Amino acid sequence: MTSSRFDRTDALCGGLFIALGLFFAIQSLALDLGTTFRMGPGYFPFVLACILTLLGLVILFQSFNKQGEPFGKLAWRGILFILPAPILFGMTVQGLGFVPALFIASFVASFASQKLNPLMALALSAAITVFSVAVFSYALGLPFERFGPWLRF
Amino acid sequence: MDLFNNLVLGFATAATPANLLFCLIGVLLGTLIGVLPGIGATATIAMLLPITFQLEPVSSLIMLAGIYYGAQYGGSTTAILINMPGESSSAVTAIDGYQMARKGRAGAALAIAALGSFFAGTVSTFLVAIFAPPLTAVALEFGAAEYFSLMVVGLVSSIALAHGSIIKALAMVALGLLLGLVGTDIYTGTPRFTLGITEYADGLNFVALAVGVFGIAEILRNLEGEVSRTVLMKKVTGLMPTRDDFRQMVGPVLRGTGIGSALGILPGGGAILAAFASYTVEKKLSKRPEEFGHGAIAGVAGPESANNAGAQTSFIPLLTLGIPANPVMALMVGAMIIQGIVPGPNVATEQPALFWGIIASMWIGNLLLVVLNLPLIGMWVKLLTVPYYVLFPTIMAFCAIGVYSVNGNVYDLYAVAGFGLAGYLLSKLRCEPAPLLLGFVLGPLLEENLRRAMILSRGDPSTFVTRPISAVLLLIALGVLVAVFLPSVRAKRETVFQEED
Repeated sequence: MTSSRFDRTDALCGGLFIALGLFFAIQSLALDLGTTFRMGPGYFPFVLACILTLLGLVILFQSFNKQGEPFGKLAWRGILFILPAPILFGMTVQGLGFVPALFIASFVASFASQKLNPLMALALSAAITVFSVAVFSYALGLPFERFGPWLRF
Repeated sequence: MDLFNNLVLGFATAATPANLLFCLIGVLLGTLIGVLPGIGATATIAMLLPITFQLEPVSSLIMLAGIYYGAQYGGSTTAILINMPGESSSAVTAIDGYQMARKGRAGAALAIAALGSFFAGTVSTFLVAIFAPPLTAVALEFGAAEYFSLMVVGLVSSIALAHGSIIKALAMVALGLLLGLVGTDIYTGTPRFTLGITEYADGLNFVALAVGVFGIAEILRNLEGEVSRTVLMKKVTGLMPTRDDFRQMVGPVLRGTGIGSALGILPGGGAILAAFASYTVEKKLSKRPEEFGHGAIAGVAGPESANNAGAQTSFIPLLTLGIPANPVMALMVGAMIIQGIVPGPNVATEQPALFWGIIASMWIGNLLLVVLNLPLIGMWVKLLTVPYYVLFPTIMAFCAIGVYSVNGNVYDLYAVAGFGLAGYLLSKLRCEPAPLLLGFVLGPLLEENLRRAMILSRGDPSTFVTRPISAVLLLIALGVLVAVFLPSVRAKRETVFQEED
């Protein structure tokens, strides 16, 4: 199988849809399917999952005998630093509170770019935190606890 | 005259000094966030939504209308000045708008976008006022089967104008529908696909999905090759279009308004389709089609008008049927429900002041935008000179705050990260996110109506074709589907989309 005779991107895409389709199909089968008259919670998702699997198969099938475009490079640095930002915010916002959680999240996100050194990142995150607290917490009055229970003694 | 009285009632409700102030604040905030690269109108509204919850229903929806217009205009500004559209509807504007900016005509492009939008908004406000009441009457006749078929039409038409492979778009719809079903089954209370996480029992948060798939995926795409992005203009001058510009924009604006108004009614991402459709039409009608992609005025004026007209008329399915036509309308539904209003045919009869107030406020939001926002453009442009590596940690912080503020559920933040990754990978696999999002919004509604229709017909699926309205709707859906698979249409569709890349 030479790479010119087969579109990697589409094959991967088809494979992904098949996998997702099968995942939902198996999960649906664990639910009550019911009848066409009284559909159970699993009926509609099962049908959809089968359609998704089928479409995935079609995409996979079509990926053969086709010249593929390159997949391009992935933004690894971005994935590594951007995605943890909301996760870290979520893990700390109720414990540490809004202010520290926001600071941590923006600090981590700053490293997604190669152009920021740690000192600049520190300054930037501080600025973002001050601004957001002023706007969202004080001016707009969103009901966030600024400093959480983990910081109380 | 009924229409006149209704509009007077609407304006009397919307134009109190307090409401005007809220509308203005909305416009300013909307632009402020919307102008940030990578944040589209949907994400902006999602982030600002919680602010409006403190107000009474009418004021809150009026402020939302302001936010919406501000966000949309902010999105166009970003698209024109740095070629970074926040969402697919302004992606069309970016094609020629950015080229105009490169030729030093950014000011004119921005003014054309705003004026075209305003004209389209004015016309379509009247259209909503004229067509909403009779459609409400029709909507009251709709049963579960009709609703189901109507949504099928919407989903199919969202495929027709998605980028790239039709099969992939179909798969994205299916995946979106499945994701929409995550949560508790309404009939039996059984949790579905929650993987045992009770925080997802209410379903995946729509805002989390929208922000992840559109906002964060977009940031990741931009981080792929970190090139320094140049803002074309430190100072935008020459805001006023020339006489010649005006002459060139009349036709596209009129056609764009027509196309947008018609497509906006379709429950299927009307505004998004409208911008694409208008671009295609303008290119086809133009005497100099080679100008498109190189700064054609029609390429900005048409899609912007169509976009706005479509955005406006997409209120028709929302107000009459309670079906959100696009992600923004879905957010409106969320806002209305939180205010204790159930969107649907009853709103017009039970709460006329609110119903007409919303319609009037749409126009007021649009007016404020032109009158107050356009002169402030210099300030917004300054925002764009901020380097990208400063912007995206800021955007990430705002996204996190916005998503968290909707429900105060930290699992929504984990979902954002997940959807961000998924959206990025899917875009790398050349799959469009728009059909996924629409599927997600319509998933629960589609299932509910399917099940109800089947119960009503005692398990006989022929109910969908024996009920005339439903049959016609399904025929339309089938027609669209067959059309996009026809070789000739397919080839044409590919050339249209090629231009944008």
